[in-house]
Amino acid sequence: MFSLRQKDNSDLVPETISLEHKKYLKSVQRQKLLVRFTQIMILVLAFGLWELLASLKIVDPFITSQPSRIIKTINTLYQEGALLHHIYITCLETIIGFVLGTVLGTVIAIILWWSDFISKVAEPYLVILNSLPKIALGPIFIVWIGAGPAAIIAMTLAISLIVTILEVLNGFLVIDKEKIKLVQTFGGTKLQVMTKVILPASLPTIINALKINVGLSWVGVIVGEFLVSKAGLGYLIVYGGQVFKLDLVMTSVLILCIAAALMYQGVVYLEKLLITRHRE
Amino acid sequence: MKVIVELQNIGMKYQSLNGEIPALENINLEVYEGEFVSIVGPSGCGKSTLLSIISGLLAPTSGNVLIEGEQVTGPSKKVGYMLQKDHLFDWRTIMQNVLLGLEIQKSVTPSAKQYAEHLLRTYGLIEFAHKYPSQLSGGMRQRAALIRTLVTNPQILLLDEAFSALDYQTRLAVNDDIYDIIKKEHKTAIMVTHDIAESISMSDRVIVLTRRPGTVKSVHEINFQLDNRTPLKSRKVPKFQNVFECIWKELDVHV
Ligand SMILES: Nc1ncnc2c1ncn2[C@@H]1O[C@H](COP(=O)(O)OP(=O)(O)O)[C@@H](O)[C@H]1O
Ligand SMILES: [Mg+2]
Repeated sequence: MFSLRQKDNSDLVPETISLEHKKYLKSVQRQKLLVRFTQIMILVLAFGLWELLASLKIVDPFITSQPSRIIKTINTLYQEGALLHHIYITCLETIIGFVLGTVLGTVIAIILWWSDFISKVAEPYLVILNSLPKIALGPIFIVWIGAGPAAIIAMTLAISLIVTILEVLNGFLVIDKEKIKLVQTFGGTKLQVMTKVILPASLPTIINALKINVGLSWVGVIVGEFLVSKAGLGYLIVYGGQVFKLDLVMTSVLILCIAAALMYQGVVYLEKLLITRHRE
Repeated sequence: MKVIVELQNIGMKYQSLNGEIPALENINLEVYEGEFVSIVGPSGCGKSTLLSIISGLLAPTSGNVLIEGEQVTGPSKKVGYMLQKDHLFDWRTIMQNVLLGLEIQKSVTPSAKQYAEHLLRTYGLIEFAHKYPSQLSGGMRQRAALIRTLVTNPQILLLDEAFSALDYQTRLAVNDDIYDIIKKEHKTAIMVTHDIAESISMSDRVIVLTRRPGTVKSVHEINFQLDNRTPLKSRKVPKFQNVFECIWKELDVHV
């Protein structure tokens, strides 16, 4: 209710609301606007200053690039037909790694929850794998799987999988034992405990794991592309760095920012769709 | 009267690395059909353990539980269990929550659904059937939890401190509420509580257990000769105080 009002135009607020409350709502709204305005201003100022300093040759645009050159680069890449291709490759790899990491991680967490024995046996391995810097595995994947998208996805999985398993399993374990007992009092089996309580109750945890995974998947894909690829935003960044085309590097980083933010918003939207509806 | 639950020499020892915890010892008890029995005892004396054993969730280390003469070996449809908190699932509507037991027992039939609707209507929750639990008050939630148990049509209800999560005012009202439902639906009830007043006000018999390992210390028949007895009415009977003091002394609480 309240959050809806905030978005409403204040003159739509019914008469019954007291003057103080109206004032309060207005001040909340003003605060919100001010925050948003400041956020935008910082962005505009930063880019403006960057453009200005580069134009006046106070900084060297060859090294720092500059917004107008970034736009030009995007345009050229687009004309060549390469822009969308690179974005597509990277996004595809990220989504595959992300979905695979989440699904596999959840499935393995279910197995560990199911069998106390397996879980106890796996514990030290999980701890070690979790603390290992996964990037070290990169060369192994390249040799084993070949320098292609499969190795990049393997890299992504290596980075996100263990975290997902631990996060989801922990979510399973903090569920109130009494909820499980409730299902058992009706004669419920272990499978029913899983499907009726554990999984639905862990939905928020799983979504949270998704949020972490989005970020980790991007790390995995970009690292993977640094190591092996022939296309994608990570490839453009490395290539741009090697041939000293900072315009290309900055452009790719910028696009990466936007793509990562969009994907994160997608998960947030999914969360709203799946959870908020029920729990208001 | 017909004996519906019979406990024969129930003993329970929990095993742990630090040793053995004797929780219950030599419990003998007969509960009659339609009776309301309360079990009180110091905390940790094995009350919850006893209910879990009666429900078949836990096997006793010695002795037998008989329900209608048959030995209990696992959860039975004849027994419904109400836990301390309502544990309504917040991702299910009240109706979906109420149908949980039937779903688990794979017996969601149109007539079972009708019975669920009937219970919700009779006990004032039908408008909330498609709402989520967070939209209900504490008392309504406890009522919904009871309906969830009743829908599977058990003959015996086990209540484990089922009201202790509620505040005092609500609790008195819910006591009356639940008592009324249990009587109307002709259920046998075994209730565990640490609230002496609650046990006297609701039951026909109060069983007092000793400290761990719990054994039956004494049994109090409660008969206030009231017409249309309710827990609240019982609390107002002068004799109530006498029984209260008697049980209080037996519980022997040291602060
Ligand atoms: N699963 C268990 N393993 C070991 N000890 C237990 C277990 N469950 C309960 N106990 C012990 O048995 C005793 C009785 O517990 P419980 O039946 O929960 O008591 P009450 O419900 O009367 O408070 C307590 O001392 C408790 O610590
Ligand atoms: Mg207990």
